[in-house]
Amino acid sequence: MIDEDKLMKSKKRNQAIAFGLFGFIGYSIVAILVTILAFIVVKGFSAISWNFISQMPEEGMTKGGIYPAIIGTLYLVLGSMLFAFPIGVLAAIYMNEYVKDGFVKKFIRLMTNNLSGIPSIVFGLFGMALFVNKLGFGDSILAGSLTLGLLALPVVIRNTEEALKAVDDTFRLASYGLGASKIQTIKNVVLPIAFPNIITGMILSIGRVSGETAPILFTVAAYFLPKLPTSIFDQAMALPYHLYVISTSGTNIEESRPIAYGTALVLIAIVLICNLLANALRKYFGNKVKMN
Amino acid sequence: MHKIESKNLDFFYGTQHALKNINLAIEENTVTALIGPSGCGKSTFLRLFNRMNDLIANTKLTGEILIDNKDIYAKGVNVDALRKQTGMVFQKPNPFPKSIFENVAYGLKVNGISDSKIIEERVETSIKQVALWDEVKDKLKKSAFELSGGQQQRLCIARALAIQPSIILMDEPTSALDPISTSKIEELIFELKSKYTIVIVTHNMQQAARVSDSTAFFYLGELVEYSATKELFTNPKVERTQNYITGRFG
Repeated sequence: MIDEDKLMKSKKRNQAIAFGLFGFIGYSIVAILVTILAFIVVKGFSAISWNFISQMPEEGMTKGGIYPAIIGTLYLVLGSMLFAFPIGVLAAIYMNEYVKDGFVKKFIRLMTNNLSGIPSIVFGLFGMALFVNKLGFGDSILAGSLTLGLLALPVVIRNTEEALKAVDDTFRLASYGLGASKIQTIKNVVLPIAFPNIITGMILSIGRVSGETAPILFTVAAYFLPKLPTSIFDQAMALPYHLYVISTSGTNIEESRPIAYGTALVLIAIVLICNLLANALRKYFGNKVKMN
Repeated sequence: MHKIESKNLDFFYGTQHALKNINLAIEENTVTALIGPSGCGKSTFLRLFNRMNDLIANTKLTGEILIDNKDIYAKGVNVDALRKQTGMVFQKPNPFPKSIFENVAYGLKVNGISDSKIIEERVETSIKQVALWDEVKDKLKKSAFELSGGQQQRLCIARALAIQPSIILMDEPTSALDPISTSKIEELIFELKSKYTIVIVTHNMQQAARVSDSTAFFYLGELVEYSATKELFTNPKVERTQNYITGRFG
């Protein structure tokens, strides 16, 4: 005879152990994130002020603000998206809507996956060789944006492909059924439905791009600039690089410590805002384009 | 004259023989029900009439499907024009994420009609045809998703009617709907029959009996029996049909 009571108890105990373990792991991940955030916030908050985000650095970057670095990062994000977004979306449309399953598709997918696996410093080196030297853009916002764009490309392609895949086939069939051509169907039906997810993917890649240091190291980033860039062929400062500089090779590292944490806080804030925005947009559009 | 005719038709998905030597003729302005257990090939068969299966890779078709006596799989057939002639309604209501008006106008616009007067007229006529006009006339600009499931399905039928097809293909059009919405769609099918040739795939035996003039029973890719609906349901000639309609298998 099986002792029902005992079996029940051991089941419950196992359940409790498993549940507790998973819970512990889950919460530790949250704890790690919270610790990092708290650390940055506590250390950096005192540095944050309106002047900090609106003024040029002063006295060998130990005082003053990080305005040019913020502006530089915004330019780079904008530039990289102008490059990566259209190309990535078009590539994904081609992949998902046009190429039939088979060798070509597998090959392109393998290559995009590999592209996203390349270390970002290699992108930086490649960007320097191609954009800075070969094409003669010099250390410039253009060269940096293109390099960051290359880095973002596989992310944009992947996200867009997933977004297109999520569009229920019956929408396509319904459109074809009304005599619409493929391009009409993609333009009028598929893309509008996939749009929220595509945008979400783009914003997430913005978060990614804005934090990258290695690709801009040799292609655009300046140690210090007394003025803002005025054209795409100018160098620019950028938040992640600025953070690196004032923590490792500033004129007075100890004195500029608060500025470093302040910069980190601003950078994290930008990334977090991007992620929150992506979530909000997904929710907003998700309600409008509800699948039933 | 036969509106649709299938002659010695075989269809393959890769190596899978999905339809086996189907010979069947459908009269104009009638409702034909295709019934049979899941995987019997009835939906595949339906989708051959507007060449929807073209979209699936690695398929093969032999034999002929004639619509108005023309082989729609012959070389040089304009598939878009063919699809314009056959409206299709799907299992789940699938209005586009557009306004009610734009949903119905979509088929007109993609077919090159840009005169807003004609579009407005056709949209109104089509929505009236599906008895939805009174329910939506004040909110044509609102999203189609705000409608109930049954209303959405009627809107999808209106969308199909707007391009003025002569054939309407319905793939289990009520399987996702409640009984009241279902009976509304069935009434609608009955009314539409005077103007259109309707082919409907259904899992619901009672529905087939209620709405159709002829019924075709498919099993494992074969057309087992095809006759007048009354005949098929009261006096089936094949034992397998008898077993299926009485619920002994399937």
